[in-house]
Amino acid sequence: MFAKTLGIRLFLSELKVMFTRRRTWAMLAAIALIPILLAVAVALSSERLAPGEGPPFLAQVTQNGLFTGFTAMLLALPLFLPLTVSVVAGDTIAGEAGLGTLRYLLISPVGRVRLLVMKYLASLVFILAGTFTLMIAGATIGAILFPVGPVTLLSGFTISIFEAFGRMALVALYTTVSLSGMAAVGLFISTLTTVPVGAMTATLVTSGVSNILGNIPQLEWMHSWLFTYYWLDFADLLRAPIEWGSMLNNIVLQLGWIAVFGALAYGRFTTKDILS
Amino acid sequence: MVKQLAIETSGLTKRFGDQKAVNSISLEVPSGSVFGFLGPNGSGKTTTIRMLLGLAEASEGEIKLLGTEIPKDLEKALPRVGALVEGPAFYPFMSGRNNLLRIDAADRFSDASTRIQRVESALDRVGLHNAGNKKVHAYSLGMKQRLGLANALLKPRDILVLDEPTNGLDPQGTREVRNLIRSLSAEGITIFLSSHLLSEIEMLCSHVAVMSAGKIIAQGLIEDLRNEEPTRLILRTDDIDAAVETLKANGIGKAKILGDQITCEVDPALDVASLNAKLVRKKVSVNEIRLQRSSLEEKYVKLTGEGFEVVR
Repeated sequence: MFAKTLGIRLFLSELKVMFTRRRTWAMLAAIALIPILLAVAVALSSERLAPGEGPPFLAQVTQNGLFTGFTAMLLALPLFLPLTVSVVAGDTIAGEAGLGTLRYLLISPVGRVRLLVMKYLASLVFILAGTFTLMIAGATIGAILFPVGPVTLLSGFTISIFEAFGRMALVALYTTVSLSGMAAVGLFISTLTTVPVGAMTATLVTSGVSNILGNIPQLEWMHSWLFTYYWLDFADLLRAPIEWGSMLNNIVLQLGWIAVFGALAYGRFTTKDILS
Repeated sequence: MVKQLAIETSGLTKRFGDQKAVNSISLEVPSGSVFGFLGPNGSGKTTTIRMLLGLAEASEGEIKLLGTEIPKDLEKALPRVGALVEGPAFYPFMSGRNNLLRIDAADRFSDASTRIQRVESALDRVGLHNAGNKKVHAYSLGMKQRLGLANALLKPRDILVLDEPTNGLDPQGTREVRNLIRSLSAEGITIFLSSHLLSEIEMLCSHVAVMSAGKIIAQGLIEDLRNEEPTRLILRTDDIDAAVETLKANGIGKAKILGDQITCEVDPALDVASLNAKLVRKKVSVNEIRLQRSSLEEKYVKLTGEGFEVVR
């Protein structure tokens, strides 16, 4: 009875649908490929980068394989992770509408609000799976190709391997939070159409636009409102002591985006005629 | 006693822009009936069904489904309704069985402890037991249609809303679905059957409503509707004049003559055998004599027009 009220069964069934799809696994595999490509390329090249050259942390990768995940996260954040998020979030409602399964879910009856919430939570699970896949693949390939040892943080402190794994998990969680606002935008866009590809593209465009706006100095007044603003600040978690400020700000910002676009999605979806 | 209505609408209207897809219809579907919802493609049948099931909002009018108001108490009614709307729709990358499990899990009123058993018996009922583990993308259209019916039968229902249920089925499958509908009806389930196939409606239904261009242009017992059209006597003879005279003497007038054939409207209860005997006694040579019963098709064409052109 308890499980029923909370919709846990629906949630599990939602995850089952998501993880039955080959597409989901293909995206997770592609995410895992990022640190692998990075590590292999670094291992094969004979040149040693001077500190400060190339992406941050890249120099550290050769000294300590555990940095691979962090460097890969920096590479994946601007485009690749948002791409996978837009595929999943854009598909939430539009995908069901496109298949026609939406009408059968609604007359089952699933309840429109309940479906919306479950869809959003499931897309968060995917993001979580994606960020952890990236960190775990990074640590694994790093450990295979490079020496592994206690990690020297940006602030010069050294933490144990065990603690380094904790930091990896924190970075994965941080990135999941970072992408949660975008997922809400995708959910809303997904209620607007019955063509999932359209919703996916539009969602990806929003993150692109947000990134571009964030790079125009004249628009600085709006920068801290953009959902991409804190994306790369996960580096603050790699200091000792951890600087929680950006994490907290990020959470507040993302909750704002979730509230606004969740409300828009609710307003749209609960009054929409399902004609697909 | 007032007859119970499974579906009742009054002044139900759906506007898309300026166009009225459904124009002030008042449906009365008696409980326990097999109700045919007949109309050409594009006449507003599916839009009506979408409103009945709360998928689309009515622009005007009221709906009562199983005694509850739609859309206000939609969730009270829906668990008692099985439906097939505008063709089946499933996740192609999942098996038929998993698709049913998924939809049943979405239903917040369904009992999880009986889920597997209910899914199995629904698959059995539509003859998909052996194909349950196949992925839906490998299903033929007919198998998808059956799976759609299985979905409608996941729980004991009071009414089944079936939109073109035999679409895409081969003749054998069509027969099976019709038999299934008959047996479900025999269990006391009200069947609301939307179709553009006149023969299907005529074969299965006790009641019918005819839609055309968004309006209901006829509604009632199928027998009554059929009887609105006259029964005709067809008589072929070489002695036209003598025959006409004899017919007149027996109270049958207004004969239309075409070649050697006389056609006239008669009482459906006319005794053809004794009329034939009378004609023979008058030395009229009868080549053929028969009654042409009114058909629903005649009535339908009269109501909806012969035209092949899309009405709007």
